[in-house]
Amino acid sequence: MNSTSPVTAFLDFLALIGRVLLAFFNRVGRLSTFTALALFHCVTPPFYPRTLLRQMVEIGYYSLPVVGLTTLFSGMVLALQSHTGFARFAAEGAVATVVVISMTRELGPVLAGLMVAGRVGASMAAEIGTMRVTEQVDALSTLSTNPFKYLIAPRLLAGALMLPLLVLVGDIIGVFGGYLIGTYKLGFNPSNYIQRTWEFMEAMDVISGLVKASTFGFIIALMGCYNGYTSRGGAQGVGQATRNAVVSASILILVFNYLITELFFAR
Amino acid sequence: MISTTPAYQPPPSVPKLSLTNVHKAFGSKVVLDGISLDVRPGESVVVIGGSGTGKSVLLKSVLGLITPDSGSILIDGEETVGLRGRKRDKVLRKFGMLFQGAALFDSLPVWENVAFGLIQGEGMARGPARDKAVEKLAQVGLGPEVADLFPAELSGGMQKRVGLARAIADEPDIIFFDEPTTGLDPIMADVINDLIVKCVKELGATALSITHDMASARKIADRVAMLYKGRLIWTGPAAQVFDSGNPYVDQFVHGRASGPITMAVRA
Repeated sequence: MNSTSPVTAFLDFLALIGRVLLAFFNRVGRLSTFTALALFHCVTPPFYPRTLLRQMVEIGYYSLPVVGLTTLFSGMVLALQSHTGFARFAAEGAVATVVVISMTRELGPVLAGLMVAGRVGASMAAEIGTMRVTEQVDALSTLSTNPFKYLIAPRLLAGALMLPLLVLVGDIIGVFGGYLIGTYKLGFNPSNYIQRTWEFMEAMDVISGLVKASTFGFIIALMGCYNGYTSRGGAQGVGQATRNAVVSASILILVFNYLITELFFAR
Repeated sequence: MISTTPAYQPPPSVPKLSLTNVHKAFGSKVVLDGISLDVRPGESVVVIGGSGTGKSVLLKSVLGLITPDSGSILIDGEETVGLRGRKRDKVLRKFGMLFQGAALFDSLPVWENVAFGLIQGEGMARGPARDKAVEKLAQVGLGPEVADLFPAELSGGMQKRVGLARAIADEPDIIFFDEPTTGLDPIMADVINDLIVKCVKELGATALSITHDMASARKIADRVAMLYKGRLIWTGPAAQVFDSGNPYVDQFVHGRASGPITMAVRA
């Protein structure tokens, strides 16, 4: 028996790798089909403008305080940190530039994305998940309403449209936070600070940030809808869906943040 | 191809709903093992059976929410297995469904729930749809003051009534009832049974129900079929169900713990 046991152990190991890989590709396949179907229903009638508007208000307007506070304090911290860092090279003058570039390119979209993933992605997954387990999704079908068109398409569109607006507001608030610290605490001349902010900011900094924001908005809504729509088995299933929605959206945001940065700025 | 204009009535020889040899398995678990059932126009058939015998899967297969592995499901003589998109919507428009937990949309007020199929499915304007909803609510014994409440504010029995109003709002040809009396007290259950009989008669609709409540089955059924282990083991007029001579049916309708039926553990 001794001679066969390493072989069986090895085969078990191979089987394990196979199972994990199959499960992974199974998931990727399901998600891809879901995404393709959702995109198809985004562009084919009937459309539900009321639902779209409601989602836009929910994602855009009601996320303003969270995103505003996050970016305000990030801008303030950024000014403080870069000032102490650059003081070592006697380059304190770069503070305004550093704040505006990091805010528009990176911190604005990423922080807003992560905050909205927690706020909106979770609530989407919980809402659609509860609708799924209480048969409300089935009820939609029996009332000749396609759940993809009524539930999912408006959320995806609202996510992709509203996140850039949120980030634009967040960028401005973040830069303003840097300005507050720069002028009141670090002793910069206000007009000088504003001039340096404008001078070194390029359109591409803002545009790349907004492209990121739109992608992140889509990802957040997609993960919320996918996990909610496929949830099973009562309260526990909905809890799991909510957690998966937030975790997967957050990770995907960071991955796509890298990919888009590479696309825009790597030469 | 049968025309679906309202003026057309299929000849009475054509069953409204006809299932032939329908199979469905989830993994290795066979849930439907060759179901054949004809429902004539205007007839009310109740499928009885214990929990976990596949009653819900049977209903969802007819609705198209679950695709059977094999077999045929004809509605007005037209094959519906494998229909998708618009053709599926057209078939669904003939259906009304009362879900077990009512499955009301909790984000919408009662009247919008009732009028949902009219507004979204048929494109009726909101004003007239509301009037129609109030009229349907009156048919199930609810006053206009209920119209602006939200589903969460209603008791279980009231929710069932609203669910019934929603199921009949579209004036469907075929209405499905999924355990219509589950979770209700005996008096409210009887009220719902009476309403079901009244509404189905008024519409001249065909009804297919699933239940394990014999009082309900006796009241709403013209014909009863018993589902056990994925097969219809007995079919007969409702009057005969209590002296069918079938030991399985006898055990079930008299609610005896001992007999040929043993309870399945897994759903």
